[in-house]
Amino acid sequence: MDILLQQIINGLTTGSVYAVVALGYTMVYGVIQLINFAHGEVVMIGAMVAFAVIAALAGSALPPAVIVLAGVLAAVPACMLLGYGLERIAYRPLRHAPRLAPLITAIGMSIILQHLALLVWGRNPIAFPQLIENPSYGIGGAAISGVQIAIIAISLLMMGGLSWLVYRTRFGIAIRATAENVHVASLMGVNADRVIAATFVIGAALGAMAGVMYGSYYGIAHYTMGFVLGLKAFSAAVLGGIGNIPGAMVGGLLLGLVEALGTGYIGDYTDLCRWPGAAEGGWMGERCADGAHFVLFGSNYQDVFAFLMLILVLVLRPSGLLGERVSERA
Amino acid sequence: MTNVLLEARGIGKRFGGVLALKDVSLTIRCGEIYGLIGPNGAGKTTLFNVFTGLYPRDGGEVEFAGKPLQLDSPHRVAAAGIARTFQNIRLFGNMTARENVMVGRHVRTRAGVFGAILRSRAEREEEAAIRRRADELLHYVGIADRADDLARNLAYGDQRRLEIARALATEPQLLALDEPAAGMNATETAALRELIEGLRRDGVTVLLIEHDVKLVMGLCNRVAVLDHGEKIAEDVPEVVRANPKVIEAYLGTSAH
Repeated sequence: MDILLQQIINGLTTGSVYAVVALGYTMVYGVIQLINFAHGEVVMIGAMVAFAVIAALAGSALPPAVIVLAGVLAAVPACMLLGYGLERIAYRPLRHAPRLAPLITAIGMSIILQHLALLVWGRNPIAFPQLIENPSYGIGGAAISGVQIAIIAISLLMMGGLSWLVYRTRFGIAIRATAENVHVASLMGVNADRVIAATFVIGAALGAMAGVMYGSYYGIAHYTMGFVLGLKAFSAAVLGGIGNIPGAMVGGLLLGLVEALGTGYIGDYTDLCRWPGAAEGGWMGERCADGAHFVLFGSNYQDVFAFLMLILVLVLRPSGLLGERVSERA
Repeated sequence: MTNVLLEARGIGKRFGGVLALKDVSLTIRCGEIYGLIGPNGAGKTTLFNVFTGLYPRDGGEVEFAGKPLQLDSPHRVAAAGIARTFQNIRLFGNMTARENVMVGRHVRTRAGVFGAILRSRAEREEEAAIRRRADELLHYVGIADRADDLARNLAYGDQRRLEIARALATEPQLLALDEPAAGMNATETAALRELIEGLRRDGVTVLLIEHDVKLVMGLCNRVAVLDHGEKIAEDVPEVVRANPKVIEAYLGTSAH
């Protein structure tokens, strides 16, 4: 099996989910300079709602595709409503408060949503029922599953759709105008409240889809899944340049790739028995006899890569890969 | 032709302990170019910001086109028919000239996220109409050839023109220009003057704040003078020019 190609496929899969979640962070930041830390929880709620609906319908006579579609159709509007509610209740009253206040509120909302999910769905993960065959296709010595193909295709479709909305429609012009200067946009008749609410709703809809995809990739949905996923997607947004929509897409895919490749190779490269000269004589020779391994960092270090990249970007290029110079945002 | 377009009565504004505007009243008539002059810090821009809903006012009323003007939110002021440009240019730098003008059309059209996604026939037609109107306006102010350039890459004079085009896109009954000639050379100022004359011919009422006294006196039908937040004169240019209070406060020693 070709490890390189396999890890690239896996990386593109998780990376496209990160990218879709990162769009939710970056759109909101672009318009009101708020890091919506509750966004990861919106993604989680999307997965939970979808899985609850799917699990409830799993025993019925409906065709599997209809059941999955029903789950998605329940999750997306639920999250859109949640996104709107968050903006209305938690952030709009603090629009003119110092920037720290809405940030703390966002963290508070994140905790509240997590515990609401715990109350509603309990602490056990909801499993994705085996409804649909997940065929595997071989390409060039690697395997790609039907779910992976679906995740990558749907994510690309959504990213394309969002780009079109933002860069090709009037409403997109209003979003970009509000992002550049909310006062002037208002003077030109743009209803800033509506634009801001819309970015939350769009981000939440994307997040719901991402939650369903992420959950079906790993087979479970859990009330804590939004936390690390949210942090990684946030890292992806910062990596690409927060506030920048193409940046979030590039950042997400790049982060997924780095994480997958890192996880795929770190075990081999930190296997002391494979280091030249390590296995010859001494206690190391004994330790490594018969092709044994002495791995320093295994694939359980997966989560390190995302945050290592976040640190590197913040040190070397704080504005992100595609970010604008900070002076333009004065 | 003496219909009153905007009538402000007793406008006040204070910043902390500073009284920026003191009981200012003025009347702008339909179709005229109304000049507002005064020394630095006289309160001209503050008055502008009150009229356009950027600053809440401390007392006074504004009546616009016969109705009380709701000054609580800028997009309502825009919808009522007041558009403005800025002393320090405030374009959307990362958007093209055409897109900047298209933003201005938001006042007169409804562009919702659902309309944008569903793409009804009416929606597509409206969007095409907005695009055409934006191109017409760019042509009107004379920068049609720069339509696809990013606003921040335009020359200074062209950026001022683009601001005027964007303001005109809101179909204003009153166009408020905040020091449009600031930083312009003589050629650019002459071209600007022509543009404003053209606006008057096309029936747009203009409120003009300007430092360039020659430009104001040459263009305006009537002129008001602010000094220390108070209106000290309001009349046709010839009378204002001869007003001793104005000479003392504004023209000072350099008069005549």
